[in-house]
Amino acid sequence: MKRFLVSTAILTALVMTLTACGGTKTEEKPADAPKTASETAKASEPAKPALSGEIKIDGSSTVGPISIAVAEEFMKINKGVKVSVGISGSSGGFKKWVKGETDINDSSRKIKQSEQDEAQKLGFQGVEMPVAYDGISVVVNKENTWLQCITTAELKKIWDKDSTVTKWNEVNPSWPADEIKLYGPGTDSGTMEYFTEHVNGKAFQSRADYTASEDDNVLVQGVAGNKGGMGYFGYAYYVENKDKIRAVAIDGGKGCIEPTDETIGNLTYPIARYIYIYPSTKAMERPEVKEFLTFYMQNGAKLSSQVGYTPLPAKMYEENLAKIK
Amino acid sequence: MMHKERTARRAARKRIDSIFQALFLLAIVIAVLVLVILLVDIFSEGARWIRPDFFTNYASRFYNQAGILAPLVGSFYVIILTAVIALPVAVATAVYLEFYAGNTWLNRVLQVNIANLAGVPSIVYGLFGLAFFVRFLALDRSIISAALTMALLILPVVIVNTQEAIKAVPPSLAHAAYALGASKWQVVSTVVLPAAVGGILTGTILAVSRALGETAPLITVGAWVFIASLPVSPMDSFTVLPVQIWYWSGQPQQGFREIAAAAIIVLLVLLLSMNGIAVFLRNKYQKRAEW
Amino acid sequence: MSVTTTPTPPATPTVQPNSRRARQVVRERIIAGLLLASGLVSIVTTVGIVVSLFSETALFFGEVSFWEFLSDSKWTPAFDPAHYGIGPLLAGTLQIAVGSALVAVPLGLASAIYLSEYAPDKVRRVIKPILEVLAGIPTVVYGFFALTFVTPLLKKLIPDLDVFNALSAFLTVGIMITPMISSMSEDAMLSVSRSLREAAYALGATRFEVATRVVLPAAFSGVVASVILAISRAIGETMIVALAAGSTPKLTLNPLESIQTMTGYIAQMSQGDLEHGTPGYRAIFAVGMTLFVITLLMNLAARWLTRRYQEGEE
Repeated sequence: MKRFLVSTAILTALVMTLTACGGTKTEEKPADAPKTASETAKASEPAKPALSGEIKIDGSSTVGPISIAVAEEFMKINKGVKVSVGISGSSGGFKKWVKGETDINDSSRKIKQSEQDEAQKLGFQGVEMPVAYDGISVVVNKENTWLQCITTAELKKIWDKDSTVTKWNEVNPSWPADEIKLYGPGTDSGTMEYFTEHVNGKAFQSRADYTASEDDNVLVQGVAGNKGGMGYFGYAYYVENKDKIRAVAIDGGKGCIEPTDETIGNLTYPIARYIYIYPSTKAMERPEVKEFLTFYMQNGAKLSSQVGYTPLPAKMYEENLAKIK
Repeated sequence: MMHKERTARRAARKRIDSIFQALFLLAIVIAVLVLVILLVDIFSEGARWIRPDFFTNYASRFYNQAGILAPLVGSFYVIILTAVIALPVAVATAVYLEFYAGNTWLNRVLQVNIANLAGVPSIVYGLFGLAFFVRFLALDRSIISAALTMALLILPVVIVNTQEAIKAVPPSLAHAAYALGASKWQVVSTVVLPAAVGGILTGTILAVSRALGETAPLITVGAWVFIASLPVSPMDSFTVLPVQIWYWSGQPQQGFREIAAAAIIVLLVLLLSMNGIAVFLRNKYQKRAEW
Repeated sequence: MSVTTTPTPPATPTVQPNSRRARQVVRERIIAGLLLASGLVSIVTTVGIVVSLFSETALFFGEVSFWEFLSDSKWTPAFDPAHYGIGPLLAGTLQIAVGSALVAVPLGLASAIYLSEYAPDKVRRVIKPILEVLAGIPTVVYGFFALTFVTPLLKKLIPDLDVFNALSAFLTVGIMITPMISSMSEDAMLSVSRSLREAAYALGATRFEVATRVVLPAAFSGVVASVILAISRAIGETMIVALAAGSTPKLTLNPLESIQTMTGYIAQMSQGDLEHGTPGYRAIFAVGMTLFVITLLMNLAARWLTRRYQEGEE
């Protein structure tokens, strides 16, 4: 009994000490700012005072991984700044953003005028900054080897509002009579809004009896775990999980086009789109936010492609940089 | 003849007894087996990720670089603050019920109310915390909102436990104090509570350890999913260990599953330690009380 | 009502002009007041919970008819057209409640009988802490276990199984609540008086007969109370279902399918959009209210039964 208590006491003490050690790390001020020489960043500014503060980012789970990657790398250099990222969905995130609860909203769709108006009431606006291309990937289970290409009409038949399709062959008689299990983003998702608008014809018009989640990882798991699974989400989540799921080529009237960096980058893939971040003008008055956004645009190409998305042409990142001043 | 019948029947009954004894024992064996499988599975998945880095790293999109520093510190702050808020209120309520309220309807209403609160699902507490602390009081998604919500959650349990601890104090102690002319509060604060301290502490630690493992109300009140900083003040954003575990569990990559398991190991060790401390304190104070 | 054993002070002497005494009396009154205020915190909490749930629910029912809430077979508040039938969520919760009971009642009761009637002391001393550990494991850990171990295992046996399904969830919830039934039933059985047991043994009964024909009937209300409380706990459980059962509100009793429980819905929604006045926001509270009422009724029933068996003791 005594030995057990002693060992647990030591273990607890150890854990506490380690957290205390970790705690002091963040208190250290960065010695010199431009350690970004190793990155592609143009670190032309001379050593400036150490930045501190907190940046709150929320919104799209599609854009989330990019912001998380940027935040991680940024915080390694600017230890005094805290960046937190949430994934409440593009619309869910905007609802917080218009109240000023967050500084930047990740969004996989353009901001609405009503959202800008709301923000205006509190005295700020959102600045649109596209950060990457995304091709919404329609994915199926690895065991599904027969579906290579699907037309947008067939997609609409499956996903549209009053669809009662439960088996593959109800859509196309040449397909097997297996059950379809659907997984897709919920109504807070910009991806859902975009997909329904471009496939079903109207934003948010969709059947409701599918497994909905703002967390794309749940969707990946769902499709990967069910033979008849089908889902749609941002390209990065497909790229990350190529070993578990397979993307289907989409025929939007111009032939079957697979989602690849190329087809997404030149927008030939039928459901390719821009994805954005929207910092608020109020947040941009703070130096740490300015620095963060600068870092974002300087490293956006590299990090977004690392995460799985197609980077924009360099010119667009430079345009964003100009908006920061 | 009847004797033979009776013997045969008795043998049959004894057989039934043995069969069912085995079946009942089987139930226990199943329960224990599941526990063992659970622990072995988690341990085997996560053990190799337990290394010093794991404790000092922040969350990362790379699972082999990810660590639990932020959630660990967040949990620590939340439960400390929870205990600090809940304990005085619980002790005060228990003292009130045991010494000041008498057998009135108020006493009964309070008792019934507390018993009911103990059975409310934790997510309902989370909803209330969101509506009241985060939104209405505008405390935002901060440690203090979390701690207040958790304090309400464990309050019923700590109150009942404190009442038991107070009841366990021999009445003769209090009687002696009254006989010496002490006022009610003097008796409570200088005699009864010190004598009950062991039981109170034990129960509080156990309740707080339960708070450590709570996830649902903290998701609702707004623990962040990715946070790479440590909270410094009660108004800061935070995340806690169970929420991090939940988030990592939901990722399809095997690597994240494994670090989720590692984080679970840490959580279980912490819980075990807290329970161990509670048991230790209970034994220590029990010995003291026997004089 | 249990007799309170706390001592009361002797009759308070009338306040004497002695100023020290007077100050002490005032202090006593202030302290009593503070303590009462603390006690009222618990009342305020209950009132707060009820008010916050009720006010939004009332607004909800201003827009959605109660009949629709009860009878619509779809739950799709965020979609267009929106459906507000609680049926699918109730069905999901029901599956978890019934399924976990099917697991936990036999296991828990059998364990309790073994521990109270059969087990030698040494075995009890080992088993009881183990059951305590089972009870103390956080639900998120159970959820992880359900998702990463139970579901893959079941999929090998049942290939058609959805990766998110009710079966894994209620099996795991069942294990989680087994210790509750076991320990409460055991307490109920242990409190059955020895004389009853000894009389039965004296008449030549086997342990099984004593357990099933003497002890269990005598402890019946305590056992039933434990089952009700355990099911109530299963109904309020969130993390296991959130991780393993799915987020598809569906009016089905098929455990192999992905479903959503009331708790799962609340957890899912509270991560995202919680804008005042939207149908989604109010719907969360309506569901929360339903959950609160159901668990409250069950807990009241369980406590009434417990009091009955405590009083029914000879």
